[in-house]
Amino acid sequence: MSDRKDLELIAELVPKGSRVLDLGCGNGDLLVHLREHRGCSGYGIEIADADVLACEQRGVNVIQLNLEEGLALFDDRSFDVVLQLDTLQHLKNTEKMLRETARVGRIGVVSFPNFAHWPNRLHVIGGRMPVTRVLPYQWYDTPNIRVGTYADFEILAKKDGLTILDAFGIQAGKAVRAWPNLLASVAVFKFERG
Amino acid sequence: MHFAAPLPLASGASLRDYTLAYETYGTLNAAKSNAVLVCHALNASHHVAGTYAGKEKSEGWWDNLVGPGKPLDTDRFFVIGVNNPGSCFGSTGPTSPNPDRPESSYGSDFPVVTVEDWVDAQARLVDALGITTLAAVLGGSLGGMQALDWSLRYAERLRLCVAVATAPNLSAQNIAFNEVARRAIVTDPEFHDGHYADHGTIPRRGLRVARMIGHITYLSDDAMEAKFGRDMQKAAFDYSTQEIEFQIEAYLRHQGDKFSEYFDANTYLLITRALDYFDPAHGHGGDLTATFAKARCRYQLVSFSTDWRFAPARSREIVKALVDNRLDVSYAEIDAPHGHDAFLFDDPRYHGFLRAGFDNLMKELT
Repeated sequence: MSDRKDLELIAELVPKGSRVLDLGCGNGDLLVHLREHRGCSGYGIEIADADVLACEQRGVNVIQLNLEEGLALFDDRSFDVVLQLDTLQHLKNTEKMLRETARVGRIGVVSFPNFAHWPNRLHVIGGRMPVTRVLPYQWYDTPNIRVGTYADFEILAKKDGLTILDAFGIQAGKAVRAWPNLLASVAVFKFERG
Repeated sequence: MHFAAPLPLASGASLRDYTLAYETYGTLNAAKSNAVLVCHALNASHHVAGTYAGKEKSEGWWDNLVGPGKPLDTDRFFVIGVNNPGSCFGSTGPTSPNPDRPESSYGSDFPVVTVEDWVDAQARLVDALGITTLAAVLGGSLGGMQALDWSLRYAERLRLCVAVATAPNLSAQNIAFNEVARRAIVTDPEFHDGHYADHGTIPRRGLRVARMIGHITYLSDDAMEAKFGRDMQKAAFDYSTQEIEFQIEAYLRHQGDKFSEYFDANTYLLITRALDYFDPAHGHGGDLTATFAKARCRYQLVSFSTDWRFAPARSREIVKALVDNRLDVSYAEIDAPHGHDAFLFDDPRYHGFLRAGFDNLMKELT
């Protein structure tokens, strides 16, 4: 999550004082925010060397791992909240990681680009894959190897036995609760297992 | 530094009247809070950084990491390097005079020492320097095991434990390599049950083979392939089973020769045994999480992707135990080609990561 307001909106889903695990934590922005504004503690998981260094420089507990290998390091329900922001779409084993998120955390929070946002739909109706602020890559070199929609996630969550506790879209730094599948470029879900 | 009080050892024996060779770099601050202890691995010493006056090629073994302006910055930290008892670089060891037989050296009568014994000895040195709490204890490989042991048995006496390319214990394969090295030494006819000094000999052949096998395990397959491949020693083969045909053979023989000139055979046996014995979870039924329940400090761990002797998976076991205990830990898994030896190289990702950790530590202290 590069956008500050997106980050703050998502941080509000994390109860104060939580022990958190941030999967794909990037440079540690969210963990720093949660530490400073919500009294949270925990760890970030990151694969990129530069981001691991950035986290360490900011005093964020960071563990360098490839998420595709799963979360064997972490016991069931060992964190209050497991976050997976803007990461899901980069993973080959999307569903496995979603299950792992729900296994390790009492609460899971995910965000990802909503492919069904209306400008994307227009692109596709026009016969082209979308290239937008949230999906800035050409189809042939995108790291977004899983492109899903807000509505698709609701179906996957049901399939995997997840209970959605809260869900909304984000558009231009604001929460979108009416027709998020159409009106929001980012989808956010807060869920628990069972 | 001389210690008159006997050091009780894990074996039940004790080391009486011993000396520890040590060096320090930088200045201890008034609060005595900026001290960092550096623990050495198999064949290193207290000479961690810098060069000796008039000796150009005398860089410390971790000189690329430790020094003024370096990741462990001696302009800000007071760094202590200490040679462990049983070693052969100045501290009391098998080559020191045996108090029971003053005319000869200890040889193989030197008591077996463990990582825990070393850490106890280091703690006495730290006491003698008037330091209660170390800012950090740092080590790679066997040195990393010492750093981990500090964090377990002297949990309140350090803020940060930096353990690089290490493991919570040795695997069967690791012990096996050590055993081959030891057998090479003790079956050398010049070994004389470890009292070779009394016979005026040195088991050089055994030491050479021990070093050769060790050296193979410190390098990755890829690194060796890149450096030597099947490069030949001469333009054509000699069709000899004895002559050097491939450059890798020349390299290993050279390493073995060099090593056998400066390293003591009994020390090699003792240090490989200390490696074998280290297993802090042993007293907790193998449960590493329970083992680290008493730890209090922050941790910084590093492993290297091609290190098959102390593989990343072994560091992850430690990370898991720390996470289970909700301890602060950062862990970098550096994709480096050099195998176990990578911990002695100055990869910018690795050194940048350690530098960031020491910078944070300095902020905490000031």
